Amino acid sequence: MEKKQKTYIEDIDRGIYDIKNEVRYSYKAEKGLTPEIIKEMSKEKNEPQWMTEFRLHSLEVYHSLDLPPWGPDISEVDMENIITYIRPDTNLNTSWKDVPEDIKETFDRLGIPKAEREALAGVGAQYDSEVVYHSIKQELVDQGVIYTDMETAIHEYEAIVKEYFMKAVPPKDHKFAALHGAVWSGGSFVYVPQGIRVEIPLQSYFRLNAPGAGQFEHTLIVVEKGASLHFIEGCSAPMHSVINLHAGCVELFVKEDATLRYSTIENWSRNMYNLNTKRAIVDKNATIEWVSGSFGSKVSMLYPMSILKGEGARAEFTGITFAAQGQTLDTGTKVIHAAPYTSSNINSKSISKGGGVAVYRGVVKIAENAHHSKSTVTCESLMLDNASKSDTIPVIDIRNDEVDLGHEAKIGRISEEAIFYLMSRGISEEEAKAMIVRGFVEPITKELPLEYAVELNNLINLELEGTIG
Amino acid sequence: MSKKLLEIQNLKSSIEHTEILKGINLSINQGEIHVIMGPNGAGKSTLANVLMSHPKHEITEGNILFEGESINGFSADEKAKIGVFLSFQYPEEVAGITVENFLRAAKSAVTGEPVKFLPFKKALREQMKLLKIDETYGSRYLNVGFSGGEKKKNEILQMAVLEPKLAVLDETDSGLDVDAIKVVAEGVNTLANENNAILIITHHKKLLDYIKPNYVHVLLDGKIVKTSDGSLADEIESKGYEWLSNQGGV
Ligand SMILES: Nc1ncnc2c1ncn2[C@@H]1O[C@H](COP(=O)(O)OP(=O)(O)OP(=O)(O)O)[C@@H](O)[C@H]1O
Ligand SMILES: [Mg+2]
Repeated sequence: MEKKQKTYIEDIDRGIYDIKNEVRYSYKAEKGLTPEIIKEMSKEKNEPQWMTEFRLHSLEVYHSLDLPPWGPDISEVDMENIITYIRPDTNLNTSWKDVPEDIKETFDRLGIPKAEREALAGVGAQYDSEVVYHSIKQELVDQGVIYTDMETAIHEYEAIVKEYFMKAVPPKDHKFAALHGAVWSGGSFVYVPQGIRVEIPLQSYFRLNAPGAGQFEHTLIVVEKGASLHFIEGCSAPMHSVINLHAGCVELFVKEDATLRYSTIENWSRNMYNLNTKRAIVDKNATIEWVSGSFGSKVSMLYPMSILKGEGARAEFTGITFAAQGQTLDTGTKVIHAAPYTSSNINSKSISKGGGVAVYRGVVKIAENAHHSKSTVTCESLMLDNASKSDTIPVIDIRNDEVDLGHEAKIGRISEEAIFYLMSRGISEEEAKAMIVRGFVEPITKELPLEYAVELNNLINLELEGTIG
Repeated sequence: MSKKLLEIQNLKSSIEHTEILKGINLSINQGEIHVIMGPNGAGKSTLANVLMSHPKHEITEGNILFEGESINGFSADEKAKIGVFLSFQYPEEVAGITVENFLRAAKSAVTGEPVKFLPFKKALREQMKLLKIDETYGSRYLNVGFSGGEKKKNEILQMAVLEPKLAVLDETDSGLDVDAIKVVAEGVNTLANENNAILIITHHKKLLDYIKPNYVHVLLDGKIVKTSDGSLADEIESKGYEWLSNQGGV
């Protein structure tokens, strides 16, 4: 029986994203967190001993750390009430035919198999805690590219996983990184060998269906010297009246002269705490490009970090955040310039409406040795009404004199004069606002591959619908 | 006899509790061109904005009839759909939407019909050519970084595309060079026919070298104090507005 939603969750129809399936599982952990649950889960996953130990160690770290003293209120997240591991009642499949019908339909509605046929070189699809589908084009396999789920990787490519796993984001980094280390499950593993340029993107999609559950996928990507890759991550979940938690972790290793573009559109339901950690370690003359769209969730804290470790390394960050009623989206990016001649370019836009809170929180740190480094930060916020809030909290920490730094922040309300101007040409108030918002994010949608630009615009329209005005 | 298009009856308006329009009476028939002149701050733009339903202006008294029906309660988009157009004194800049996409959306909104991409593009190019606007402006963001004169020309382009029944031009000629004034006047003359009407707000009689108005009105302190033919513009050019202020009120 559908019970009435709690009032703090805005009850809007989020279309296809909101269709929930019956929960069927082959294994489900007890609620809460104990070494026993962790051991059981590791055993269920048939993991090597070092991973079981890693998990148990992470759990200890988790218990030893406090919640961050800054940022939005996340005290409501109570691990005693969150199911950390739910295995859907299917194994990993390499053909959509073998994926259970309702799960397949979910991904169909999200457009994944279609995108796979038309625009992707490989696809991974995770449902609750496990990856249910994975595929990669044969040409890539022949070139030595590996794209598989983390569970498979840990067995078949154990040496690589062991070398990189939670080295960019160590469990002690913060409480939810430690939690992730203890209970991670699913996610994708990509390895691009030296000199291989993967021209068509790979995409992993993470769908959290079960109520009161957590999703803790781990994405590990290694792009070797001179290689390149565009990886796309999609996330969504249907609406539930209990809290869900997403504490994924993304670790990217971009080697000398390599390029990695990591694009995400996260579209969570309004009961989700999205506490995701993403980090890239960028070597000499290599480039990381983040494209990040944050929609939905009750609270999001998301600050992809780039560590520019090698001389001439580059980071680009392009982010869009949309906070509506009852939502606090605290997003941004961090860049550590840790070598000379490194550069970063940050471009963030946020929109808030209906009392939503959108905060840009960012750090640019330029170390003592990072002379001749360059950084440009531009963040703009657009508030659609008087009830909404926006803030920018950029921290800039420069430890040497030979740097070139540009910073620009703009916070503003949607212009009534502009709305009137558009309306005077026959455009309805709602559409006028939507046009202004789309125009506001245009510099970013322009950067996206067409399908994602379309998805982004659809999401914006969805968010703008109904309650505006 | 031609039909009455617009009739303004004793219109009063206020903005943030300050009364600006203090009883305007004005009647415009199809096929006519009217000019409103008046000193700075007289309420000319206010009248234009009230006609277009600017949300900050409130009608406190009186009536606006369009084709015989009251349109007091209409929103700006509803006005556009029945054929009212305002060329703004200070057109807004709207980032991220191109002139072409915007105009296609506007055309479709005003006509209530989908507008096909290619035929529209072609028609738009023709219009741009007539107005001596470079084609590349179609893919620029709406008014963003346009010079003052370019913005004004872009307003006339929008008018040409939307083909309104009543076009109100609020100082469209201000800030235009001599050639541009001519181009704008041509644009207006192309639009003008026996079924529509044009209301021109201006400070300069230069524009009237090319456009022949049926009436010239003088607006002073929220009221129309004098109405005459085109010669009134010449009189104002030489004598200013002082002499009119004691005639006001009636
Ligand atoms: N928000 C406001 N609050 C109070 N007074 C206002 C407001 N907006 C406009 N006004 C006043 O209304 C009066 C009329 O302004 P309007 O813009 O209509 O003048 P105008 O005749 O178009 O002048 P111009 O020739 O300079 O364009 C002015 O005195 C102006 O200061
Ligand atoms: Mg004016």
